[in-house]
Amino acid sequence: MAEYILLRNRDIPAIDKLDVYLEHGGFAAFKQVVTEKQPQEVIEIVKVSGLRGRGGAGFPAGVKWSFLTPNVFPRYVVANADESEPGTFKDREILERNPFQFLEGVAICSFAAQANTAYVYCRGEFWDLAQTLEQKIAELYERGFLGENIFGSNYKLDIFVHLGAGAYICGEETALLESLEGKLGQPRLRPPFPAAEGLFAKPTVVNNVETLTNLPPIITRGADWFASIGTERSTGPKIFCLSGRIVRPGNYELPLGTTFRELIFEHGGGIPDGKSIKGIMPAGASSAILPGTDEVLDTPMDYESVAKIGSQLGSASLIILDETINLGWLAYKTTSFFKHESCGKCTPCREGTYWMYHILSRVKEGQGSPEDVELLREVAQGMEGKCLCALGEFAIMPVLTSIERFQLDYEALTGKNGS
Amino acid sequence: MSEPLVTLTIDGIEVKVPAGTLIVDAAKRVGIDIPVFCYHPKMEPVGMCRMCLVEVGMPKVDRQTGEKVLDQSGQTVIEFRPKLETSCTTPVSEGMHVLVSSEVAQQGRQQIVEYILTSHPLDCPICDKGGECPLQNQTITAGPGKSRFLFEDKKHLDKHVPLGDLIFLDRERCIQCARCVRYQELVVDDPVLAFAERGRSLEIVTFSEPGFDSYFSGNTTDICPVGALTTADFRFGARPWEMNSAASVCNHCPVGCNTVLNTRREASTGGREVVKRVLPRQNEYVNEIWICDKGRFAHHYAASEERLKTPMIRKGKKLVKASWDQALDHAAAGLKDAASVFGLAGGRASNEDFFTLNRLVEGLDGQALLYDQMAGGDLVGQVGVGQGTNLSDLKAGDAILVMASDLHEEAPLWWLRVKNAAKRGVSLIVANSRDTRLDDFATYSLRYKLGQAVTTSLALLQAFSRKRDLTKYKAKSPVLEAIGLLKNATNLVVFYGRDGLRFEDTEALAEALASLLAASGHTGKANNGLIAVWSQANNQGAWDMGLKADPRALRKNLEMGGAAIVMAANPVGDEPDLRAGFEGLDFLVVQDLFLSETAALADVVFPAQTFIEREGSMTSGERRVQRYYPAVQAFGQSQPDWRILSQIAMRLGQKFEAASAASIFLMISEQIPAYKGINYQTLAEVEPQWPPVGGADLYYGGTTYENYQGLGVQLQPSSERGDPFEIRWHEPKKMPTRGKLWLIPVKNLYDRAVTSRSSPVLTDRLASLSLRINPDDAARLGIESGTTVSMSINGTSYEAPALIEEVVPKGQVIVDRSTGVAAVEPVSIDLEPTK
Amino acid sequence: MLAEKYNQEIDQILAKYPPEEKRAAVLPLLYLAQREYGFVSIEAIDEIAKLLELDPTQVGGLVGFYTLLHEHPGGTYKIQICTDLPCALRGAEEFAGQLCENLGIQFGETTEDGTIMVEEVKCLAGCDRAPMFQVQEPDGIHYYEDQNIESAMGVIQELRKRGKRG
Repeated sequence: MAEYILLRNRDIPAIDKLDVYLEHGGFAAFKQVVTEKQPQEVIEIVKVSGLRGRGGAGFPAGVKWSFLTPNVFPRYVVANADESEPGTFKDREILERNPFQFLEGVAICSFAAQANTAYVYCRGEFWDLAQTLEQKIAELYERGFLGENIFGSNYKLDIFVHLGAGAYICGEETALLESLEGKLGQPRLRPPFPAAEGLFAKPTVVNNVETLTNLPPIITRGADWFASIGTERSTGPKIFCLSGRIVRPGNYELPLGTTFRELIFEHGGGIPDGKSIKGIMPAGASSAILPGTDEVLDTPMDYESVAKIGSQLGSASLIILDETINLGWLAYKTTSFFKHESCGKCTPCREGTYWMYHILSRVKEGQGSPEDVELLREVAQGMEGKCLCALGEFAIMPVLTSIERFQLDYEALTGKNGS
Repeated sequence: MSEPLVTLTIDGIEVKVPAGTLIVDAAKRVGIDIPVFCYHPKMEPVGMCRMCLVEVGMPKVDRQTGEKVLDQSGQTVIEFRPKLETSCTTPVSEGMHVLVSSEVAQQGRQQIVEYILTSHPLDCPICDKGGECPLQNQTITAGPGKSRFLFEDKKHLDKHVPLGDLIFLDRERCIQCARCVRYQELVVDDPVLAFAERGRSLEIVTFSEPGFDSYFSGNTTDICPVGALTTADFRFGARPWEMNSAASVCNHCPVGCNTVLNTRREASTGGREVVKRVLPRQNEYVNEIWICDKGRFAHHYAASEERLKTPMIRKGKKLVKASWDQALDHAAAGLKDAASVFGLAGGRASNEDFFTLNRLVEGLDGQALLYDQMAGGDLVGQVGVGQGTNLSDLKAGDAILVMASDLHEEAPLWWLRVKNAAKRGVSLIVANSRDTRLDDFATYSLRYKLGQAVTTSLALLQAFSRKRDLTKYKAKSPVLEAIGLLKNATNLVVFYGRDGLRFEDTEALAEALASLLAASGHTGKANNGLIAVWSQANNQGAWDMGLKADPRALRKNLEMGGAAIVMAANPVGDEPDLRAGFEGLDFLVVQDLFLSETAALADVVFPAQTFIEREGSMTSGERRVQRYYPAVQAFGQSQPDWRILSQIAMRLGQKFEAASAASIFLMISEQIPAYKGINYQTLAEVEPQWPPVGGADLYYGGTTYENYQGLGVQLQPSSERGDPFEIRWHEPKKMPTRGKLWLIPVKNLYDRAVTSRSSPVLTDRLASLSLRINPDDAARLGIESGTTVSMSINGTSYEAPALIEEVVPKGQVIVDRSTGVAAVEPVSIDLEPTK
Repeated sequence: MLAEKYNQEIDQILAKYPPEEKRAAVLPLLYLAQREYGFVSIEAIDEIAKLLELDPTQVGGLVGFYTLLHEHPGGTYKIQICTDLPCALRGAEEFAGQLCENLGIQFGETTEDGTIMVEEVKCLAGCDRAPMFQVQEPDGIHYYEDQNIESAMGVIQELRKRGKRG
């Protein structure tokens, strides 16, 4: 890409300094919305831009905002900075290197939502980052970008950083709200959705860091400009996190619709040590695993195309697997993650992840039988469609797809076919 | 105004239910039991256990035309959702099709049972819940035949975790349904249970001090869908199917909670039947499906070996065992010879007992009194709550006034229901001279100075009355705010007690509040009227039977010498300064459970039965007359109080044909207008109640018993029977001050009365003697928390530890009744640190 | 007592949330307690409950749910190595094993001097710079990325020095 839209720190290394950010057009967008626009107009612009949530679900941001229960105040905006999906580290780079663009995004979203308070919920491990972010927010108060009468208007906004304390499930928006309210981070029943009853039971917008960081350029350059990037239904730039067996791991900002092949081989430098690509997890540990075939590699990475080939783009956190990886071992790793992170609220996830973990512990050590693998498949299928939130459904993805698509790996582990 | 009805089909059966009904409840209405673990009909759904999965379909609609799509045969095409839905979280909608017994739905639920059983131990044969366990039932009906889970993979957890003195947790059996956690947080507002850890390690914990600190903790064992929570005094005690059950009514406070006494013959008691546990019995008008821990755990006194077993007669300084005939003859002779006779009864006796005592004493030209320090039972008879009153029916727009009472300590279920009414939007005014737990839920806390209760109630009355004499009480702030709330009330229920009041204050207060209700048009109809928060269960029944509380009359009677019959009361123990009066009597008959201080002075002592051993009726504070049934055989030679009295009456030549409690009740209904037309049959009538509880349906609502022995009859107050209440009031009387502080005796639920102190599980929670004072007073007097202080009341000096508490108002010293200080009403005192 | 010692800081924390929603301040206050005591003690739970007008149960239940809160003191410096899938694909498991071997302890154990504890943890959002770990101290968490055994032992040596001084 010619120019970075989200990772502007790559073009302008000192953009984390407020003066530098302002020199490069910072807070023009926020000023524009506060002084020239009605909240509803901002929501319309974001709708037209086609911006979809970057946290994984891909739900259109403007539509989400328009669900706020009318005439109920106060309202809240919560930035989801609980980046915890294995393989995902994009929000961290934004927060560390381009924090003001993110904060301006929070401010724009708050204005659109008619919220006077926004919280940035950072995962607890981002302790250092949260401290820095608080300093940045303090600078914004000093310059009058936050607080009372912003840009001489009646609009008032406070942004607070709230630190989580170590729980993947808090990335799920209702669990995040529970956690922010000082409770166990367990998902709520939906409906009511946060737009109706969110933080402190008030109408609330919860958006991912990357989603919010898109807002300033959408305002300054226009919805049409944004929609011209990417594909028809998956618009705009996206940060792709590349990790695993790859020569150059890291974040890559590319338009949605870039192919797997371009990302992995042109930008990521391909597979190290001359190995071949065996599989791709496009959405972190929650992925339905794709085989490293040409068909897959030539698929554009947008929400629709990835779904068509039997996976999801999710947060676009690609974990690359080379030929040496046994997928039974991999399923053990992801299951041990989900077992550890299951909040325990609903039966299938609590018991199912525990059960799968124990079966896989035996299987990966070569102590399982083909019947164990069949049981594993049935336990996973039994969870399907029955869990309270997406975590349980994510947990079975790598298990089921590894069994379906990489059968030989399990045969190797269970001694079938004479190994 | 009822909700519009929605029509849907469940397993082919058409159902019409109000919009907003959940599928699981709609199914229950037509007799389809969808299994649930986390869902409880008294709580908001959470959809955690996923047990209640069903298939849900809606008529297919053509997107273009908006018309329903029809198949070839003209039937509406039903589109089923791809995933199973939890029926506890899905509200019904018009035209919905629900499949509960389809193969897909059954398989889905069977899968959930299998998941639950991977961690749940199969220890049903030694589990207290075995035989009344929803999970056991569900496993047998719809569970998988065998487990595919390897036993070695099982997570082993602690099996005997005391959450406190009363409740034990078996962590292995817990299925993380959160019913107990949610119950404590949302229904009773004691959030002392929580989940800790996560995933498969999610576990129930408490950090409260003492552990599981709540007056309602026992209810969690009823709604626990497995054997994870059990009570300390029943666990490993008996199997559900071995026990007999008898319907009863709790005897500890004026709420009148409906209960069931489960009994069994015990080797340890020589084969005698004893109460093994007390469970709630559903009465949605009274206690819904709950009881407090005192009602559940205090029953052990009935089986105490300390109880009186035989009649006794005084021989010189000693009481010696006697036969019934000897004792009855002796009692009759003593009463016959006496110059005067009076009766004194405590409020735990039955209506039949009071009625018989009153007749007997009247026959001897004497007066029968209720032993109590609070007046107003006659007023409650006039302007008590109307027939059909249900605190659960009160809603936004209605108001409740609670004055001079600490409901949490005095009547826990009223506290629960009043608090929950406030949470539903009812305006709750809590008026007292000190802070109580109900204030946390008050719309308005009306704090008056000690001694100002009557003035305050007159100020409230003045706002509704044009009587000129009242003008001097015209309200100022803070009473004005309360008046605003009362003026807007559609329905108004007023509770009053005697917190910080003397007897004469309660007379004036009750009168002013009765007048307030009359003046504001809140009498003679359901959900309106006056409720007295009596110190015992059946004081209202005593008033209705013609016994008044009147401490002045009691002293007058004592001064006359003569004879007395004391029933179910211990005045000498409660008021040591009455001792001389009782000692001075010519003849004293006492009928009681234990050899009390009063009984020890008697000429004849009769062993009485507890309510557990006999039948009878009681009248609750809401004037609901309710029946209780015998659960175990008589203890020793004990007899019901009415029978003792009627046998004396017959020996005295009084015409008294009392063969049974039921026959006495017939006399009551003939002679007492309010009780007209009521008999033991009408008291035993029931009506369908929601939610269903008790077992036939996999214990949907818990193990609370279904009520098929009677909901009782709520009496009409005379104002409802066409006799309007005339507004009247008395001038308040000043409290004479001698010392600098006021000692205020208050109720602690776990007082040291004979009916609670014998329970081994409650021992550590019983009230203990301490004087609670305000930090400012403490500082002024140089008192440090925990140090011993001394005071003197009527010449008796006391030493007790002082506790400094912010919530105690300045100038007051709060002491729990029954802890050894002889004060039944506020006393002016001085307090000094003990060197 | 936290209330006296951190009077101002507690006020600042509470100011972030609506006055009627004080419970939201429970995580920040638990961190404060951990800074003061090194872990979340029963006394700290009671103190926080009092500050926020909660039952201690509503505070205590959280500690086991969140991995960064500790019921027991453990080591002063907790070396939390990510061995989750992406890091494992880049040798994190071997790295973690070797580090334990060098220190002579197992995962979850603390060195004899009480300064260093090693734990395996789930994804820390540092997948592209594995092997990596974070160090949780009483007052803060810091990331160390692109590590090898030599660099990690250097970090640990520094921490031990600080631990001894402190």
